[in-house]
Amino acid sequence: MSSETNQILTTDGIPLEVSLKKAERRNKIKAFLLVAPLLLFLIITYVFPIGDMLMRSVDDKMVTEMLPKTFKAMEKWDGKELPEEEVFAAFHEDFIKLVKEKREGKLSTQLNYTKNGFKSIIKKLRRKSKSFEEGNYKEQIMAVHKRWADVEYWKAIKRRAPAITGQKYLKGMDMYKNESGEIVSVEEDRRIHRILWLRTLEIAFFVTLFCFLMAYPIAHLLATLPMKYSNLLMICVLLPFWTSLLVRTASWMILLQQQGVVNDFFVWIGLVADNARPEMMYNKTGTYVAMTQILLPFMVLPLYSVMKTISPSLMRAGKSLGGTPIVAFWKVYFPLTIPGIGAGCLLCFILAIGYYITPALVGGASGTLISNQIAFHMKSTLDWSFASAMGLMLLAGVLAIYWVYNKLVGIDNIKLG
Amino acid sequence: MALPKHTELHYRIWHYFYLFICGSVFFFLIAPLFVIFPLSFNAEEFLSFSDGMKSLDPDAFSLRWYKDMIYGTKNPWGLAAKNSFIIAIFATIGSVLLGTVAALGLSSRHMPYKGIIMAILISPMIVPLIISGVAIFFFMAKSGLAATHTGIVLAHIILGTPFVVITVTATLSGFDHSVTRAAASLGSNPVNTFMKITLPLILPGVISGGLFAFVTSFDEVVVVLFLAGLENTTIPIQMWTGLREQLSPTILAVATCLIILSTLILVTAELLRRRSERLRGINR
Repeated sequence: MSSETNQILTTDGIPLEVSLKKAERRNKIKAFLLVAPLLLFLIITYVFPIGDMLMRSVDDKMVTEMLPKTFKAMEKWDGKELPEEEVFAAFHEDFIKLVKEKREGKLSTQLNYTKNGFKSIIKKLRRKSKSFEEGNYKEQIMAVHKRWADVEYWKAIKRRAPAITGQKYLKGMDMYKNESGEIVSVEEDRRIHRILWLRTLEIAFFVTLFCFLMAYPIAHLLATLPMKYSNLLMICVLLPFWTSLLVRTASWMILLQQQGVVNDFFVWIGLVADNARPEMMYNKTGTYVAMTQILLPFMVLPLYSVMKTISPSLMRAGKSLGGTPIVAFWKVYFPLTIPGIGAGCLLCFILAIGYYITPALVGGASGTLISNQIAFHMKSTLDWSFASAMGLMLLAGVLAIYWVYNKLVGIDNIKLG
Repeated sequence: MALPKHTELHYRIWHYFYLFICGSVFFFLIAPLFVIFPLSFNAEEFLSFSDGMKSLDPDAFSLRWYKDMIYGTKNPWGLAAKNSFIIAIFATIGSVLLGTVAALGLSSRHMPYKGIIMAILISPMIVPLIISGVAIFFFMAKSGLAATHTGIVLAHIILGTPFVVITVTATLSGFDHSVTRAAASLGSNPVNTFMKITLPLILPGVISGGLFAFVTSFDEVVVVLFLAGLENTTIPIQMWTGLREQLSPTILAVATCLIILSTLILVTAELLRRRSERLRGINR
């Protein structure tokens, strides 16, 4: 047999294998080209900006750029005794340049973040530096103020040499790097961020739990009722789902206010006295109630779609084999719904952990979450690098949860009702 | 759910208890929305039921807050509504075009690196909105698009496409690809095949994805709060400002209109979903 019979040829005389591979590649490129516009759009407008957040959160170029010669000279300094004349001369040169550009104020603010006491001695140095003579800058600078002769202050300057810093991340966990470079926690009464992280986790956890406890029975009812009734009841789940978040939050604000419907009802049934109406909004209670109602549909829908696939004959079989309804439920029905429980809980938890609008409106001071802190730094303090650092810490948490979600249910199984 | 006659008493009690629980949960879900309706017709300036309303006195009800919403001189609702609709419509068109085309590519079995690309495409849905808001704000500020309609539309396209990608991919999963091959073998070109065969079949998925994108844009407030200037105010922004500063009954009039709008959207979405399931031959 000749070699031609080993290779099947197409009508063009090209081996079939080659031709198939070519077609395969063409199909791959075709499919990719369809996805490319959206992918490119998202990479430019979304993925890169998240990378930009990362850059901003570790960015500490300001001081590095203000004192380039000083940091160059400091490279040789061991950081134990006072630096040599060389460092002082370089610092003087950088400083004169900053004074000329009127930027020495920024330097003092920045250095004051690292160590308190820089503000006044930089002001003093600016005044005295006008009458400095050339040469022997070490003596002259040290003569300005005794702190300039203190090695701790020079160490503080050297700590600002790197262009990147993890300081914002440490701040997000209420920690900082002390003078000797150790990472320590701030004083007990100033640990605001840890409280916020814990509260965010706590609220997300309990909201998820409440949602689960409320969603399970109604999802079961929806899945077992005849179609014509369940469709009607499904509207009760879907209408809130499609209604504006702000509308739903507004209705809770009306219900929970002190002169609101819920309080009126409590007074009417005699649960509370008219002059002792409890505060149900602008605290944690408000956040819990409103968030549970708002996230409930996200728990009902995945549970429902799983329960719908469970045949009712399984429960009947369980009962006919001698199990009480409780045993049959616990041993047969409940295990079958676990995929739905996993999906619903993780979806709820991911949504709750990043919630912003509802806690900001009904949460008051004790019911706000980490997102509110991020927005606060974006808009009020304008500390964008800190906001970015906190955002990325939150994102890391969400991605970890999402990874679990993907392992349990898979991305493709996300249901949208 | 009628119980058989021989049911023992404690099961009977348990059953009614279960129904009572379900009823309470449904009440908890739906009742808050209905508080808004009567209060939006309040003749007084309060956000609670006046004595006149409780005794159904016709004088206690009025349309003044609706008039205020439409004709009020200081009220920015007109501009906000116009902006909201313009932004949502363009964002929906953008999301549907980009998302549908991408979903077609993603459902091809030849698509390389499907997992990672899918993860990127739906990431705006997974990432908490506040983080998306910060990131998108940095991009728009850098490219000079902050406080412009274009910037907000682009931001809403980012947030809306994942919904279109997911719904259209789901519709395509039940799609019989032999019909497009049949069209091709009969001499139809790919564009023609798409317009005449594929699109009509996946249309319910495309439209329901579009509805999601529309609602996402129309209801979006976190990202817009970072991006919008005074000129770009939207309904959610006005609601947000109103709820933070002072709760006026005009907000309830707006909220009532929004609930009616969402009811319409819900009905459309449900009809489409059923049609789509019928077309895909899924019996439930």
